[in-house]
Amino acid sequence: MLNIKNLQATIDNKHILRGLNLNIKPGEVHAIMGPNGSGKSTLANVLSGKNGYDIKGEIKYNGVSLSKLSTEERAQKGIFLAFQYPLEIPGVNTNTFLKTSLNSVRKAQGEKELDTLTFLKLIKEKASELGIDEKFLSRQLNVGFSGGEKKKNEILQMKLLQPKLSILDETDSGLDIDALRIVADGVNSYKSKENAFLIITHYQRLLDYIKPDYVHVLSNGRIIKTGDADLGVQLEKTGYSNIV
Amino acid sequence: MKTEDLKNNKEYKYGFTTDVENIRSPKGLSEETIRFISNIKKEPKWMLDWRLKAYNRLKVLKEPDWQKPKYPKIDYQDLYYYSAPKSASDKPKSLDEIDPKILETYKKLGIPLVEQKRLNGIAVDAVFDSVSVATTFKDELTKKGIIFCSISEAIQKHPDLVKKYLGSVIPISDHYFATLNSAVFTDGSFVYIPPNTKCPMELSTYFRINASETGQFERTLIIADKGSYVSYLEGCTAPMRDENQLHAANVELVALDDAEIKYSTVQNWYPGDEKGVGGIYNFVTKRGACRGKNSKISWTQVETGSAITWKYPSCILQGDNSVGEFYSIAITNNFQKADTGTKMIHLGKNTKSKIISKGISAGNADNMYRGLVEIKNKAINSRNYTQCDSLLMGNKCGAHTTPYIKNNNATSTIEHEATTTKINEEQLYYCNQRGLDQEEAVSLIVNGFCKEVLQQLPMEFAVEAQKLVAISLEGSVG
Ligand SMILES: Nc1ncnc2c1ncn2[C@@H]1O[C@H](COP(=O)(O)OP(=O)(O)OP(=O)(O)O)[C@@H](O)[C@H]1O
Ligand SMILES: [Mg+2]
Repeated sequence: MLNIKNLQATIDNKHILRGLNLNIKPGEVHAIMGPNGSGKSTLANVLSGKNGYDIKGEIKYNGVSLSKLSTEERAQKGIFLAFQYPLEIPGVNTNTFLKTSLNSVRKAQGEKELDTLTFLKLIKEKASELGIDEKFLSRQLNVGFSGGEKKKNEILQMKLLQPKLSILDETDSGLDIDALRIVADGVNSYKSKENAFLIITHYQRLLDYIKPDYVHVLSNGRIIKTGDADLGVQLEKTGYSNIV
Repeated sequence: MKTEDLKNNKEYKYGFTTDVENIRSPKGLSEETIRFISNIKKEPKWMLDWRLKAYNRLKVLKEPDWQKPKYPKIDYQDLYYYSAPKSASDKPKSLDEIDPKILETYKKLGIPLVEQKRLNGIAVDAVFDSVSVATTFKDELTKKGIIFCSISEAIQKHPDLVKKYLGSVIPISDHYFATLNSAVFTDGSFVYIPPNTKCPMELSTYFRINASETGQFERTLIIADKGSYVSYLEGCTAPMRDENQLHAANVELVALDDAEIKYSTVQNWYPGDEKGVGGIYNFVTKRGACRGKNSKISWTQVETGSAITWKYPSCILQGDNSVGEFYSIAITNNFQKADTGTKMIHLGKNTKSKIISKGISAGNADNMYRGLVEIKNKAINSRNYTQCDSLLMGNKCGAHTTPYIKNNNATSTIEHEATTTKINEEQLYYCNQRGLDQEEAVSLIVNGFCKEVLQQLPMEFAVEAQKLVAISLEGSVG
């Protein structure tokens, strides 16, 4: 599904990704761990098509070079990024945003756009699965949401848009214990043979709930170690010092 | 303009002209022109005298030049001050009698009168060029004693009301453009709501500049008698053309004791092309008097069109406990310029005013909020709250805020907040990541920015206004 070869990314003269290789197949769960500033969010941004990066190397998504696709085209083709810091958009009703988003994606995929009633029914269902109070949906997008509420809202959007590749950037940070379980359940219930996940996290506790097939350690813009789920457990104990 | 030209000018959705033979006044501004207008409208002598008084006053007034957007000198002798569709000089009794071409024009504008009658319960006093050609729903209103007609008709049928209130809010000698309007105004709307009556529908007018070289001098007068309520909508679009056109309307509102007037505008006159050629000069005087105690006047405007927009819908808060509100969205793109805001003059005790202004600039445009809040010494315990937000798109546009504040008594408070922000790249990225393209994203964010104002509009207008906001900013980012 995703094939990254020798990826390099530079922004504002800062060389961040320095030859990164990664392959993800449908149905797989990959975890990326690594010290602060190692380039994890940068990788997520480069994959989802954020402007401003000078990029070398190759990223293929289902055989197509990503460099040819705009941010929204990538989203429409099933790449989803749960932001480390979800944005607030004042004045924009959460429901309006979600509906606009879903219909943009549906339209691009050649599906019928949903009318308001159908949409509301759907979103209510998805929200209740995540224990999100309906009241949030009529508030301004992320405005005044607590850190954890914002993160849950990201997972709600993931479940709504049904992406093929979901990149979660520290979605577990800032979640309380119950919310962590809800988010993890949300991810697990969305796991399937077709869907893949790239989960960026600092903590093993998320990986206790969502069992990764691979754990990668990113350091200084490169993947320096790859292992199975046990690598996460080991890192939790020893830290990065003896591998970095 | 030929069809061929129109095809090349597809950017402006409403850019078309209707080919209707015109009756025109003599060219230029003169006593003869004024007599011609008054005569063709069969006006009584007092009205002609009123116009001439204004004209004489005009001779000693100077065109103001303190505004930010400058414009080439207007040759007032090169304009026509009256032009009417011929088919309307014999007033039609029903829609069937209206020139099919005019009806077609409305259809292009999305105002099918027949449909509107049936569907949305709006009484439409449609102004085609300078003369009202169709008025609907009159019967229903008449039953309640509500008068909704053209100002020309009101001069004939309700002279006492017109004499009493015309010029009572905007005096004849107020300022250059207001005085010019008083001398040569052609038509507009008149509304009178009798005591303790709630107008059962939104009243609305669609304006349209049609004939080439015709200045538009609309005159609107709305009176809400004691304990009454009315919501009035004004919307306009104009056809494509190259010459600049002057639009100097006067709108006067009077609210008596416990009365409320809500006046909403969506202004979408032709803004000129991407290079700044052509477009309407929209120099409008709008003023409301909260004359009675507990009265309220609320202005809401969405200004997206015109080459230059220059207007300050104002409230004079005379009655004790009266309330004035001003909600504004001004969008300028390409080479458009706006200098707009409001004046809130507090005279009565416990008077309150609220100003919410959202200015959006894109391209090479310039957007100025200019406002006056004046609390006079007798207006004890009065309050004003002002919030001015500016949103910039790109690096070549400008936003300016110039609030004038005069508080003459210690028991009153004036609060002013202002922000200027650039459209946020991270927000755009977030929207794009959710599948929205650049234009959808901009539209969403900007509509969010304007929300407090948009939600003041009546439903049927809000949707149109949201679309307009998006259309006006197309191509401004990315
Ligand atoms: N626009 C930029 N200009 C200069 N440096 C940048 C820019 N964006 C990111 N960086 C730097 O690149 C490095 C990688 O940033 P990135 O956000 O990818 O780290 P991360 O691995 O996600 O860290 P964390 O675990 O703290 O979230 C950091 O040192 C950061 O300061
Ligand atoms: Mg990060």
